[in-house]
Amino acid sequence: MDLNKLFKAMVVALPIMAISACSSTSESETDATSSMGGSESGQVVSGGGVETGGVAPILTPEEQQRLKYQELRKEHIIYFDFDRSSVSSEFSEVLNAHGDYLSEHPNVRVMIEGHADERGTPEYNIALGERRAKAVAKYLQSMGVSPSQMSIVSYGEEKPLDFTRTDDGFAKNRRAVLVY
Amino acid sequence: MKVFGKWLILGLMFCTLPAKAALDIVITEGVDAARPIAVIPFVWQGATPMPQQISDVVMSDLARSGTFKPIDELGLPQRNISTVANFDVKAWSGVAAEAVVMGSVKPFGPDQYLVNFELIDLVKAQLQSNGPTAKAEYLIDSRETVITAAQFRQYGHRISDIVYEKLTGVRGAFLTRIAYVVVDHQEKSPYKLMIADYDGYNEQMLLRSPEPLMSPTWSPDARKLAYVSFENKKAEVFVQDIYTQQRAKVTSFPGINGAPSFSPDGRKLAVTLSKDGQPEIYVVDIETKAIKRVTNHYAIDTEASWTPDGQSLIFTSERGGRPQLYQVMLASGKVTRLTFEGEWNLGGSISPDGRSMVFVNRTNGKFNIARMDLETRFMQVLTTTRLDESPSVAPNGTMVIYGTTYQGKQVLAAVSMDGRFKARLPVGQGEVKSPAWSPFL
Repeated sequence: MDLNKLFKAMVVALPIMAISACSSTSESETDATSSMGGSESGQVVSGGGVETGGVAPILTPEEQQRLKYQELRKEHIIYFDFDRSSVSSEFSEVLNAHGDYLSEHPNVRVMIEGHADERGTPEYNIALGERRAKAVAKYLQSMGVSPSQMSIVSYGEEKPLDFTRTDDGFAKNRRAVLVY
Repeated sequence: MKVFGKWLILGLMFCTLPAKAALDIVITEGVDAARPIAVIPFVWQGATPMPQQISDVVMSDLARSGTFKPIDELGLPQRNISTVANFDVKAWSGVAAEAVVMGSVKPFGPDQYLVNFELIDLVKAQLQSNGPTAKAEYLIDSRETVITAAQFRQYGHRISDIVYEKLTGVRGAFLTRIAYVVVDHQEKSPYKLMIADYDGYNEQMLLRSPEPLMSPTWSPDARKLAYVSFENKKAEVFVQDIYTQQRAKVTSFPGINGAPSFSPDGRKLAVTLSKDGQPEIYVVDIETKAIKRVTNHYAIDTEASWTPDGQSLIFTSERGGRPQLYQVMLASGKVTRLTFEGEWNLGGSISPDGRSMVFVNRTNGKFNIARMDLETRFMQVLTTTRLDESPSVAPNGTMVIYGTTYQGKQVLAAVSMDGRFKARLPVGQGEVKSPAWSPFL
């Protein structure tokens, strides 16, 4: 009986064990992260009035990296320069986080959407958007993500994030989005 | 259930709203050289009020053409006349106009009206006003037709077509339609494929979707539209009959399925597919679905458009480093570069007479509509609006309709082929884009 409670407490105190293997949306990922944000041990109040205590696990470097990646994976958008489809180095960490996760979870699939700003013609922007999505896919593939885990769709300039049609707005619309 | 709901939304709704100017045109820049013409309000010969004034349609058509400038009604020396028999040459001697349009409408049975109109050569009439002349000498045309109440606008366009052709020698394009996409992100199903008369009247929805609709283009018989739909979360090319609402999926390959363009015989579609890697141009037989690859280059090739002879395609390619326009011969596969001026040139199409190419030009970072004479290679930027795209030439080659940005919204605008006449279609609900001018109806 006591052993059973202790086991329960451990399950809560070590949520790292349950890291997002089953998370399929950004919302669920956020929940998983917040439940393990602090270093305090978890406390469980059982029906009998007793409380159990525990200690935070000692994180190995791998586990720390994993936590960091999990945080980075909240970022789903990679931005691009005008008429460019090369992945800028400032997004390499974000993509590394996604790539790491995807290569460790070969059953998880991701859709990479390519987008363009409103300059140029709609069909040329479809081609540009696809090139951006492919650049991201290629990056992830180089990290060991299987092509079968990834699909690509280009929306060109048809689904802007920002409707202002200013330079800042254009910059927000030139993007690739990872959709799990 | 979810699938069922999706089909309900997509369910090819046909609005049967009464005629309404959703896109009434505002002329933003007229032409000094517009030719004055007198249009006398058509005389109504019925007891009840006239269903509609046909001559209003004729006057707006002629004004919108940029070629003619109807003179003010107050300047008409004679009204309430409808035939040359009542035409008083002396009264018209001081009127500065080259022609007079007049006519009458009278009830002709249940929901039937007899319309008569006459076109007078005023210059000729004035020249001969000194001596007696046969009125038949300056009567250019005269016609009589029975129409229904629903056909008033349509017949008005028909009269405009005749007047325009008689006076300019060029066929009028007033009895035509435009197809375009309206996007309203406030709505649950934001993307709508619409058609309307060329002047924005009789707007009707052909398709509504929660996902993007792109690149509508007309079949040569003006009966079908090809377009791109993302309704299945991927790009697919469809052909839809505008009368029967029947749709057929033409291509659904992995990657891009885009930029459809009907061949002049209507049997094939040029499309962009990226199934083999980069976006390339292919020709698809609509009936058999057989595909033939036309271009083969590691750079982007897209936006194919047929030359009127059906022998070659114009397309946008990045093979030179930046998007420029090229021509590929279908028989030999030989590729020729067409544009060299400006930073980018893309989205090109050839005018119906085969003499000019209309496209999007980027110079100093600005995107505008340009025209190039194919023989002299002289390029002229036609517009000064912002973020111009999707030019579509009227079937008589006199005007270009295109998408632009005005007050932060996507709207449609028109410019004459010489760039001297400019008009804007006012902002309605949502963004309006991707216009396609129909062939002659």
